[in-house]
Amino acid sequence: MNTIAAEQITTLKMSIYRYDPDTGNKPFMQDIDIDIPKDKDIMVLDALQLAKEKDSSISFRRSCREGVCGSDGMNINGKNGLGCITPLSKVVRKNKLELRPLPGLPVVKDLIVDMTQFVDQYKKIRPYLIADKESDSTAIPQTVQDREKLDGLYECILCGCCSTACPSFWWNPDKFLGPAALLQAYRFIADSRDTAREERLDQLEDAFSVFRCHGIMNCVSVCPKGLNPTKAINEIKKMLVKRAL
Amino acid sequence: MAMNGKGYLDASTLPVKEFDGIIIGGGGSGLMSSLQLAQSGMNTAVVSKVFPTRSHTVSAQGGITCAIASADPNDDWRWHMYDTVKGSDFIGDQDSIEYMCQEGPATVFELENMGLPFSRTEEGKIYQRAFGGQSKDFGKGGQAERTCAAADRTGHALLHTLYQANVKAGTNFLSEWFAIDLVLNADNQVTGVIAFEIESGEAFFLKAKATVLATGGAGRIYKSTTNALINTGDGTGMALRAGLAVQDMEMWQFHPTGIHGAGTLVTEGCRGEGGYLVNKDGERFMERYAPNAKDLASRDVVARSMMLEIIEGRGCGPEADHCFLKLDHLGADLLHKRLPGITELSKTFAHVDPAEQPIPVVPTCHYAMGGIPTNVHGQVITQQSNGSDSIVGGLYAAGEAACVSVHGGNRLGGNSLLDLVVFGRSAGMHIEESFKNGIDIKDPTKDDVNNALKNINKVNASSEGENSSKIKKDLQETMQLSFGVFRTEENMEKGIKVLDEIRSRTENIHLADKSSRFNTARVEALELLNLLEVAEATAISAYERKESRGAHSRDDFPERDDENWLKHSIYFKESKEVTKRDVNFRPKLVQAFQPFARTY
Repeated sequence: MNTIAAEQITTLKMSIYRYDPDTGNKPFMQDIDIDIPKDKDIMVLDALQLAKEKDSSISFRRSCREGVCGSDGMNINGKNGLGCITPLSKVVRKNKLELRPLPGLPVVKDLIVDMTQFVDQYKKIRPYLIADKESDSTAIPQTVQDREKLDGLYECILCGCCSTACPSFWWNPDKFLGPAALLQAYRFIADSRDTAREERLDQLEDAFSVFRCHGIMNCVSVCPKGLNPTKAINEIKKMLVKRAL
Repeated sequence: MAMNGKGYLDASTLPVKEFDGIIIGGGGSGLMSSLQLAQSGMNTAVVSKVFPTRSHTVSAQGGITCAIASADPNDDWRWHMYDTVKGSDFIGDQDSIEYMCQEGPATVFELENMGLPFSRTEEGKIYQRAFGGQSKDFGKGGQAERTCAAADRTGHALLHTLYQANVKAGTNFLSEWFAIDLVLNADNQVTGVIAFEIESGEAFFLKAKATVLATGGAGRIYKSTTNALINTGDGTGMALRAGLAVQDMEMWQFHPTGIHGAGTLVTEGCRGEGGYLVNKDGERFMERYAPNAKDLASRDVVARSMMLEIIEGRGCGPEADHCFLKLDHLGADLLHKRLPGITELSKTFAHVDPAEQPIPVVPTCHYAMGGIPTNVHGQVITQQSNGSDSIVGGLYAAGEAACVSVHGGNRLGGNSLLDLVVFGRSAGMHIEESFKNGIDIKDPTKDDVNNALKNINKVNASSEGENSSKIKKDLQETMQLSFGVFRTEENMEKGIKVLDEIRSRTENIHLADKSSRFNTARVEALELLNLLEVAEATAISAYERKESRGAHSRDDFPERDDENWLKHSIYFKESKEVTKRDVNFRPKLVQAFQPFARTY
């Protein structure tokens, strides 16, 4: 980008959350101005990389840079999203871009949050197929219609944007599983090949795991993959209620 | 020992963690190895610089090629083997290719049983689509449909399924740990690796009797690549610094359809589903270059054809620097069902809805056919001074980092996922077996450990010099200019010279931020050391292979030269010399396929 002529450059005012607990200093917002091309709509992650060229100590996660690995979930001008597939045109207002870590989880450093709690909740739902099948080198048959039930569920990239946008998860991150884990819970409940549906539902049948979802739908509005955890949660709720009647 | 300021790491105070086996890399091959080991109850750890599901396997789209006979009940793994040998331009090792194609179906069914949500046929079987270079009946029966797919998100589905299976098996993850250098003992056996926990900056000697390099590719040596930002050839760099050989490093695949400008991948499955490439005149030009297979010729052929269209002035766009991939005739329904991820990606990165407009695409660096040479058990091989092979004790490699060589000079689409699961598992099985029989590996001395600390100490101690990001950019520019789809002697000579200068600059790399906690600048500086080793190995191997074969195409030697170069190239960092190694023509169950002129 250093080869672009001056008249094609515009300045973006970035404000980035900085925190390194090792220093003993409090978190602060660092203002950094970066030059970006006028006629090209770059992504938030690209802008962040340019900021890092100016100050190499800024820390953030990134990997695929195409929205499939889930590394760079962050809070972008107030809304959770993935830096790599969020174009500046979609979020920058008045030439300002404010980046903060995903809310509700402990900050490790700068834009990097500790995902342990998030991953623990995911592991709780037993995120793997449970099937009574001999290993005999054949596939378990599944109809096209049954496979379609997994669309909109299996695509989750575990970026954490949804759970960290959920007030219920903020309040009870240990007891309420959160939208990401529940989406995956339903992904296995809905899988025609899985033989542990009842056990899975048993595990979710308490006041917190599922029922702390109050249908706020922040998860839906922030999901960078366009998935609908609220719908999956409602399906689980319906199954639990139906069982109880 | 936390890295802070300019403090030196030393073997006498460095904490040690001991395991039976260490797997470096949490992508498909690493997770397949670790699953094998965890299920056998061994004390293992997966060391991954990112949380496992952030690994680049997640980006694979089109599928995993394997003769499971869903689409065609008569399909045969031998046909798949024939295609793969031909695709490799005859320098793929036929014992490995045979093993992969024959073992493949059981592995794919195992993945399905683990829960991989494959797309399905009307009969409820795993859906298979057409991919490039596929045929029935040893090239005589027309196009095959052999690539098993989960829509166009097969890599994501596969990686998450493997991670889930590892969660179930209780695998121990050292997530967000960076491996720096291998620790070799006096007998040149590998005894583990120096690594640090990125979050705390604490360094350790991770000691093990078996170490698996499952570190993936290094596409980031090029400016334009489909590869993730993390694909920096860390395992390959470690192997080269440890004095080990790398093989066929000149063989880089340029994927025909990277999105112009962004570099993100558009699966070959688009053409498998009926999409095709056009030039600025709207001509379906592949009909001229590959009259039979057309757009489903193998990737090297399609990439060169596209570059010729562009060079000859028939490129698209204001700069005439790309081609168009046409999908709109397939209809929104099919795109939604079979290629939903592509639709998303082209809207995001090309601002184009493929149901209405063609996608601007250009050949983009995608995959390393070369890597660390291994046998079918994943055991790393190096070459003795007399030219004979020897096994490196304690070290394994699998997946893109390895060169077992199933891809030779050109990989067929869908074979990378098969490679990594089949050989990830075979490495795991061999380690398990070796442990049962007892492994004899001598402990390293303090000096041996200190040897492996040299690089990190140098980076940590730097007080002046250049920042790694500028050097990295220059390296990527050089590789793009001099070692792309078409190579000329003059360009390659220039490129090698620039890389030499870049090496001197890298000697003086300056890590300005010396903090301990989640210091990504430190990680990037160490990654640059690996990129440099891979880039130089690529450059010198490319210069020395004086022929055109597979993905390696040069104007001064435009023909394949079987007399002199039906060989693997072998490169060592120390001597910077290239030697040759025999290609395996001894499959166990079928007769070897002999070289013939390769047309599609």
